Amino acid sequence: MYYVSMFIQYAGQYMKTRLQYRADVLVEIFSDFLFQAVNLIFILVVFGHTQSLSGWNQNEIIFIYGFFLIPFAIFGAFFNIWDFNERYIVKGEMDRILTRPIHSLFQVTLERMELESLFGAVTGFAVMMYAGSQLGLPFYWHDPLVFTLFTVGGVLVYAGIFIMIASISFYSDSRTSIMPMMYNIGNYGRYPVDIYNKAIRFVLTWILPFAFVGMYPAAYFLRKEEWYTYAFLTPIVGVAFFLIAVFVWNQGVKQYRGAGN
Amino acid sequence: MDKYIEMVRIRFLMMLAYRTNYYSGILIYSINIGAYFFLWSAIYGDKGNIQGLSVLQMSTYVAVAWMARAFYFNNIDREIALEIKEGKVAVELLRPYHYLGMKTMQAFGEGVFRLLFFSMPGMIFIAFVFPLEFPGNAATWIFFALSLVFSFIINTQINLLTGIMTFFLFNNDGLIRAKRVVVDLFSGLLLPISFYPGWAQGVMQYFPFQAISYVPNMIFTEAYKGNELLQALLYQGIWAILLLIPIQLLWMLAKKQMVIQGG
Repeated sequence: MYYVSMFIQYAGQYMKTRLQYRADVLVEIFSDFLFQAVNLIFILVVFGHTQSLSGWNQNEIIFIYGFFLIPFAIFGAFFNIWDFNERYIVKGEMDRILTRPIHSLFQVTLERMELESLFGAVTGFAVMMYAGSQLGLPFYWHDPLVFTLFTVGGVLVYAGIFIMIASISFYSDSRTSIMPMMYNIGNYGRYPVDIYNKAIRFVLTWILPFAFVGMYPAAYFLRKEEWYTYAFLTPIVGVAFFLIAVFVWNQGVKQYRGAGN
Repeated sequence: MDKYIEMVRIRFLMMLAYRTNYYSGILIYSINIGAYFFLWSAIYGDKGNIQGLSVLQMSTYVAVAWMARAFYFNNIDREIALEIKEGKVAVELLRPYHYLGMKTMQAFGEGVFRLLFFSMPGMIFIAFVFPLEFPGNAATWIFFALSLVFSFIINTQINLLTGIMTFFLFNNDGLIRAKRVVVDLFSGLLLPISFYPGWAQGVMQYFPFQAISYVPNMIFTEAYKGNELLQALLYQGIWAILLLIPIQLLWMLAKKQMVIQGG
């Protein structure tokens, strides 16, 4: 309960600061939108020259992309910790965090919230709905439930991976560029994994399970039964990765010695 | 002139001091190229060629596009924005050089560093992993190098324009992000321009973006030959000159704007 009220207070403060710079918020939403459009244009142009991608057609690929955008947007809004090392470790902000009585990870994520990213989920939903109607996908009463479960799973996969990478900062305070690399690898999960070779498929499923954010769960709604097992693993993999990440984080905090003076 | 060359040297040495970051950079770019390699193989399927490019040329195109990006890519728009926000630009203007010229030289120092420590080793690494086709013709290499210099000039000019916009917008993080996305798409980094539908190609001709990535890549893959090649270089040259006009105009306006802010 305490954590919920904490969240509401932070969100309120956040809205106030953002509304001070309305033009900037608008430009940022616009540039996010542009970024999503670029990926969509890429798919459209590619399918101007081919009929299928390892047996997946254009609308199926667009559907996967639409689904991917939703957990990705939620992750972006609440776990925007890509500059954790620079902001909290190098500048010593972590010391301030640790003196406070809420869990350090929760506090860091609260401080780095970027709620305008949530607009990406709206575009994602629209894209998915469009592709879904083109494909004439069947709809069942339990789909919204499964969808919620898979979305949460996807967010937790993303959050887990990025929290683990952020935790590296506790052990080594040198700057690394692993974070942008992860964003790039994350993009792999948006395409059907059967186009990649076995090694990459294994990495995307069990080591950096980005395929659980896009392709696997989307395959369930595309009614591709051969992928159902993987699809239903989504929430389990999500929870597992997130728990491991929190454990690694907690160990890291114990290890942390503070920066500078 | 000496002081500008000194700028290039200083930035180069600065980059050298932080070079460990670049090893992971090579890995990032390789992963990107790898992703696109598999994606394009799937797109080609059993098709021999699409829009005049074979699979081999396409994977070479992707590899060269990303490695060339390391050379022309720079963050001077962000640097200019930061110096304007922090007010440091006022001091910079008092110094005995042209601020924008100096920024360009810093970008060049960074570009040369990345070319030597990033693109070249990266390209060798990539060539071992994926099948690529290098031009055997010495002239192609020379034209490619020339074209790459133009890429650098035009991309830097666009960055200068974005940076100067901070004078008018105060906070332009959003604009910088939007510019990066537009350049990635319309420069031909992600997709060769010839893959776009005809009407889109027609529109893109009137913008300088394809001079950044598409032209040098097409020269490198030897898809451009003879007259077409010369025309492409001319296109780059014309844009490099044309872009000086808005930069000069905005810079003059910006300096006036500065006085008001500082007053």
